[in-house]
Amino acid sequence: MDPITFNLDGEQVVITDHSPTTTALQWLRGAQRKTGTKEGCAEGDCGACTIAILDHDAHGGPSWRSINSCLVLVPMLHGRTVVTVEGLKTDGELHPVQDAMVRHMGSQCGYCTPGVVMTMFEGCYRKDLDADWKVDDQMCGTLCRCTGYRPIRDAALETKGLRPDDRFAALEFSSPVPRDLTYVAAGQRYFQPSSTAALFDVLATNEDARIVCGMTDLGLDVTKKHVAFPCLVSLEAIPELRQMTHTDGVWRIGATVPLSEVEDRVQDGLIPLARMLRYFGARQIKNRATVGGNLCTASPIGDLAPALLALGATVVVLGAEGERRVPLSEFFLEYRKTALQPGEILAAVEVPDVPAGARCATYKVSKRRELDISAVSAGLYVMVDDGTVTEARLAFGGMAATPARATSAEQAMVGQPWTHDTVEAAVACLATEFTPFSDHRGTAWYRTTVAQNLLRGFYEETHTVRQPSLAYRHTGTVLTEAGA
Amino acid sequence: MSTSPLHKSSSHESAVEHVTGDARYVDDLPEPRDMLVGLPIYSPHARAKIVSRDGTVARLLPGIHAVLFADDVPGDNLIGPIVHDEPLFAEDEVLCVGHTVALIVGESLVQCRAAAEHLAIEYDVLEPTLTIADAIAAEQFHTAPHRIARGDVDGAIEAAAEVIRGTASNGGQDHFYLETQAALALPGERGQMHIYSSTQHPTEIQKLVALVLGKRAADVVCEVPRMGGGFGGKESQASQWAAFAALGAQVTGRPCKVWLDRDRDMVQTGNRHPFWTRYEAAFDETGRITALRANIYSDGGFSLDLSGAVLDRAVFHLDNAYYLPACELVGQVCKTNLPSNTAFRGFGGPQGMVVVEDAINRYAERTGQDPAVVRARNHYGDAPRNTAPYGQEIPDPRVDRVWRELKVSSDYEQRRADIDTFNATSRWVKRGIAYQPVKFGISFTASMLNQAGALVLIYTDGTIQLNHGGTEMGQGLHSKMVAICAHAFGVSTGQIRAMNTRTDKIPNTSPTAASSGSDLNGQAVQDACDQLLARMRPVAATLLKCDEEGVTFADDAVHGGGASVPFTELTLACWLGQVSLHAAGFYRTPGIHYDHATGSGEPFFYFAYGASVLEVEVNGLTGEHRLQRVDILHDAGNSLNPSIDIGQVEGAFIQGYGWLTMEEVIYSDTGVLKTPGASTYKVPAMGDVPLQMNVALLSQADQFSTIHGSKAVGEPPFMLALGVVTALRHAIGGFSTKGGEVELAIPATPEAILRAVVNTTTA
Ligand SMILES: Cc1cc2nc3c(=O)[nH]c(=O)nc-3n(C[C@H](O)[C@H](O)[C@H](O)COP(=O)(O)OP(=O)(O)OC[C@H]3O[C@@H](n4cnc5c(N)ncnc54)[C@H](O)[C@@H]3O)c2cc1C
Ligand code: FES
Ligand code: FES
Repeated sequence: MDPITFNLDGEQVVITDHSPTTTALQWLRGAQRKTGTKEGCAEGDCGACTIAILDHDAHGGPSWRSINSCLVLVPMLHGRTVVTVEGLKTDGELHPVQDAMVRHMGSQCGYCTPGVVMTMFEGCYRKDLDADWKVDDQMCGTLCRCTGYRPIRDAALETKGLRPDDRFAALEFSSPVPRDLTYVAAGQRYFQPSSTAALFDVLATNEDARIVCGMTDLGLDVTKKHVAFPCLVSLEAIPELRQMTHTDGVWRIGATVPLSEVEDRVQDGLIPLARMLRYFGARQIKNRATVGGNLCTASPIGDLAPALLALGATVVVLGAEGERRVPLSEFFLEYRKTALQPGEILAAVEVPDVPAGARCATYKVSKRRELDISAVSAGLYVMVDDGTVTEARLAFGGMAATPARATSAEQAMVGQPWTHDTVEAAVACLATEFTPFSDHRGTAWYRTTVAQNLLRGFYEETHTVRQPSLAYRHTGTVLTEAGA
Repeated sequence: MSTSPLHKSSSHESAVEHVTGDARYVDDLPEPRDMLVGLPIYSPHARAKIVSRDGTVARLLPGIHAVLFADDVPGDNLIGPIVHDEPLFAEDEVLCVGHTVALIVGESLVQCRAAAEHLAIEYDVLEPTLTIADAIAAEQFHTAPHRIARGDVDGAIEAAAEVIRGTASNGGQDHFYLETQAALALPGERGQMHIYSSTQHPTEIQKLVALVLGKRAADVVCEVPRMGGGFGGKESQASQWAAFAALGAQVTGRPCKVWLDRDRDMVQTGNRHPFWTRYEAAFDETGRITALRANIYSDGGFSLDLSGAVLDRAVFHLDNAYYLPACELVGQVCKTNLPSNTAFRGFGGPQGMVVVEDAINRYAERTGQDPAVVRARNHYGDAPRNTAPYGQEIPDPRVDRVWRELKVSSDYEQRRADIDTFNATSRWVKRGIAYQPVKFGISFTASMLNQAGALVLIYTDGTIQLNHGGTEMGQGLHSKMVAICAHAFGVSTGQIRAMNTRTDKIPNTSPTAASSGSDLNGQAVQDACDQLLARMRPVAATLLKCDEEGVTFADDAVHGGGASVPFTELTLACWLGQVSLHAAGFYRTPGIHYDHATGSGEPFFYFAYGASVLEVEVNGLTGEHRLQRVDILHDAGNSLNPSIDIGQVEGAFIQGYGWLTMEEVIYSDTGVLKTPGASTYKVPAMGDVPLQMNVALLSQADQFSTIHGSKAVGEPPFMLALGVVTALRHAIGGFSTKGGEVELAIPATPEAILRAVVNTTTA
């Protein structure tokens, strides 16, 4: 058994006796008495608990990343460099983001402020915060109930990409790679093997093992249901799972690549995926969440599945015996059940480039635009050859027990001319294709009507641009150009 | 007085502590070594008889020190801010999901949760009442009707050019203060109890803890460090948690903390009141309202709490900024098996205004007029159009003036014309614009609450401790009080420390609520400063060898007769001269009164005004919308601190916008909250706030007889958001194939908007 060690606000800390399902937030506020970091929800949805760690960015280098400490377990910090709001001052001087928040009157009650500051801290060191929408995206994971955000936004704009030449910038040269760890405390085990061979050994010898990656999904079992997992096995330290490549027209996205890294890399290459990632959780979530976790949790309202189904993705499954490939359309078996066999993991997702003639876009409709779970999401793909639809993949989330393709609507289109009438015929199929449920996110009527309208809008908006991306501050998820 | 901080912008007094994480809230205080925690265990049923309850097994588990039920309360188990009708612990019957049945006190929350599994509570489930409609049908009310009436309503309806009949309703709203409810109780000697509480009403905590523990007020001290937001949710509803902490401490003899996690907080505490109203509004041919009849009902939940006063304020504000020549406004609080609804910024005002705004919108839509024109035609104005339904004269109604200025600065007319052009050619996306005035009465409508105290302590080194009865929840009250005090003594704000609010410094305080915090406490602080200045002036005159009248206080010094001495020298001289350097200040608002029986009086000291112009864009395929631009002109009097006041305006506006468009409190048909967390209950995020948000304070707006001419600003701007409904209706009307009225539910979620679009395009 190894102790957990990491650097916290400039000091090396060692943990040997806290349960591995202790969250970083509980440990900071409890054992460490670092109460500057706040709890507002314990489910990744308010940002008050935000801290920063060094991690890879899309360009391979280490960068500061804001994360929700309420959804990170202490062993996940092993070997890392961690900064909290209490570690930002240098020689008694405020950090530029703190100073900007004071000058712009960015705090009223001050309870969201530590999280706001730490989220802005990532923004301050990012080299790629070069568009207005990225500032919204950077900041949308911290809720403030007092200010109405205008002053917070002003402070974020002032400090974005500032990259002061300070001790935090200097730290970016240290290596942030998660390391091998075997940790046991309070009768619970936590393994972080650094090779697939070691992984399958651990899985073979621990029947109660539960795979974990970003913890942004499983974490809720810990914080809301108070589950004390007896054995967690993290994939984070296995280098080959954390690789993303683009070769021979295929994107291979490793299971553990954080979604922010995926998003930053596919901006121009896989526009429909980038479009879906834009309103996926918030920056803090995307800095931890992974494609493996999103697909394996198999939620009917998971957002990547419709996008990846439309894109014709294949899942690479890895077991002790080797690799196999499963088309994503065959991966989801029933409600929260996948084609993974016991002892298997999802190693990567392979996504082909979108062919030049294809029309493809993704949609997410939720009560609130940012940081919300979909009422309906969709990935729509149509190949048109000489005016005729030759291939259609219409995938929806929120419409059935699994992410699902609308096969009868697809059939109504294939072989038909790509016209308004064909689209209306497919829209008519959608009325009966699914029997969605009603809940607090939307009624069955709303879900069906929106699914139909998304298809209509898809037809409209792919007239001129075949893979439309989102305009800044667009009004709807579909037809996002003002006045469309 | 060049250095006075009054009427100048500055950051929040605790801004540096906020951004560094040094600011301490109740749950951040250093924990006493032997501290225990209390976990309230609540009913899963909306209404049920408690057949049996047994904590014997739970009590024996490791780390558990007590398992408490209603019978274990040494004092009174019935609490409540106005009447004591709320069982702290359910006795024979649980009255809502979330009603506390037991309190487990243990060494850690983990142990308490484990023990909760072994608590044996048996219920006999009964049929609950869960909606206003059901409560009306069953005649379950907390209050008798409150009625305000004048003129011949029936006659006016008879003679009207147009009559709008309809219903209006609004949903609840969770406060979603970022800091959840928390209290820490420290038992002292001889039965003393010291409570740290995140509350807007420390005196209430003191009183109720004494009541529950069977102690006297003098045995209990409540101290408030600061709150991470309150918004009304910690006015009456911080009490239960403080009482539980105190009870845990009393029973075990050890410090005890009760802190609610977000889900518990949302399940166990009440919200803004949902309202349902049936109304008739008569308009003459010029578009003026000639009569309004409204029967309004609020959902009070299972106990009265502050619902009576909230309903009163709704009735008082049904007129908003419009003169109602004849009216009959009747309101009543329904009793249901839901958590008790409570104060929330605006305190019923927004719900009341929803009604008259709905009538105006529908009238304008029906007659094809610009609703802004109809609103302006109905403004309060010169006599006789200057008396409120309850008879109070409204001197100097500023609503016309505000609209005149805002109409120009927002370019309303041109933009409305541009929108018509845009909508004519845009198929799937339509825009809308709206003008929204607000008039809001300032004062507690329970007149005796309009009093405040302060205690100013000056030390020989010239530093000052400032105590007052108000609590700091982010609204910048301490910043303003410090500025008043610094101005009075001519010292820099750094010399003054705003102290935690404590009931052993200021007794018998009113809640920090009704936007009255700086009005009331500011005057009390001023009174204390004036007393001290009167005592210090002769000493200064002696030091400076000049007349007392010639002494001035500025720049951290006293000046007179051409000479100056530092303030510190004066304070030392006072001490040496045996002059007292502390003073208690007091203030009561003069001249306000109201007679509930006749529905008449002068319940408000003055009125605050404001107006907004909002523009939205609606996507007709999904029902999503975006607020594109907001222009606000708000009357904060001669603002004590413009940047803080603008912060209040912006924050309140966005909170109102959330209530009206995305925040949905949803209960199942058995009374279980379906939206108990940040993942299911959506408050506005940064991207919901328009990039163009032009907020200005009305200039030359000194208010007569308030502290330094300023006005209350906490609540009134909340209602500026009401215009979003009008703007959305305008945009939705743009899709219409048949014209006329739009049917849009509140909150106007994407689903509600899509329904309205579909309804307006199908026959
Ligand atoms: C605040 C918040 C917002 C969110 N917003 C969104 C959103 O907008 N859209 C959305 O779709 N989801 C959202 N989620 C859900 C979640 O973030 C995603 O599903 C995320 O991709 C999960 O990845 P993870 O690595 O954190 O998974 P984890 O929590 O680590 O794991 C999730 C599950 O997958 C299993 N698992 C993980 N990796 C593998 C693997 N490689 N092989 C086999 N099994 C594996 C685990 O055993 C576990 O059962 C949100 C969550 C939160 C807390
Ligand atoms: S506490 Fe809300 S995001 Fe972590
Ligand atoms: S300042 Fe209070 S929540 Fe942001």
